[in-house]
Amino acid sequence: MSIDFDEVSVGDKLPEWSRRTGFAEWNRYAAVNEEFVPFHMDDEAGRRAGNEQGAFGMGNLRYAYIVNALHDWLGDDGIVREVGCQYRAINQKNDVLTVVGEVIEKTVVDGENRVRIDINVMNQDGGRTCPGHAVVVLPSGRP
Amino acid sequence: MAGDDPGSTQTTELEDILRMRNDALTYVTEEMRAAQGQWGGTRTAPPITETDIRRWAMATYYPKQPPRIYWDADYAATTHWGGIVAPPDFNPFAWPVERARGGSPGLTGRRSDGKPLTGMNGGQTDTYGVPMRPGDVVSARSRLVDWWEREGRLGHTLYVRTEIEWRNQDDEIVRRRMSISIRY
Repeated sequence: MSIDFDEVSVGDKLPEWSRRTGFAEWNRYAAVNEEFVPFHMDDEAGRRAGNEQGAFGMGNLRYAYIVNALHDWLGDDGIVREVGCQYRAINQKNDVLTVVGEVIEKTVVDGENRVRIDINVMNQDGGRTCPGHAVVVLPSGRP
Repeated sequence: MAGDDPGSTQTTELEDILRMRNDALTYVTEEMRAAQGQWGGTRTAPPITETDIRRWAMATYYPKQPPRIYWDADYAATTHWGGIVAPPDFNPFAWPVERARGGSPGLTGRRSDGKPLTGMNGGQTDTYGVPMRPGDVVSARSRLVDWWEREGRLGHTLYVRTEIEWRNQDDEIVRRRMSISIRY
């Protein structure tokens, strides 16, 4: 099941989706994406790369969190059509990352019910680490 | 017209000098110019398995349980997808036995002190077509689209935009990525 296009309004907020991130999350992501970059795995390597606090998280994992937040809001029958974002701040160890989003447009294109969403990944200090957007497709008029 | 009065002629000369200075420091290589717009060779990933998808979803949802659509075939058969699908961000190209040689042409530039450029992921926009499913074989090709340079917080910085297209075994578009890489 998924939410219905007719139930969505411009201005609606996505349910917040959060994870505390550190080596437990980064190492699992490195394992599936084969992303064993030293500055994601080792504090010394992180410092050598210019981050005084040590190792830091992958941009790709933040991207995954955006996709997951969209999926969990849409339900299994929704379709993620487009996701774009920019990596603006470093994901430090023990950051609590929260995906936030707001519906900014509803359109019907090529027979698809499309919803455009402004997206960001906030850290616990209110830092907007990953501004972006998404376009999702929803069913409509179901009983 | 630039030469219509002395004032604008001076401006033009100044602009020329600035342009020459800017031209003197560039991270754009001949290889990049030659490669612009040209699709590179096709890479093909091994067939996607249910285990690949389950592990991906478990890693990106950790420590919570991922949705059943990513690991429960009986449940997934009841959805409109008709079976397990991969999360849109799933990467079937992880863990190649033989890694493709040579990086993107954007990677080869050097700083004026001779050191290789430092690279960062500047972000991307992905457009998704059909979902990836167990058994799918995905192929990728990419091309340099364009680039621009500016003086930034990290000094002289090159931004390179690359398009990466994924298709499945039925030649259906799976994903089209416009990616920005940063070199400084």
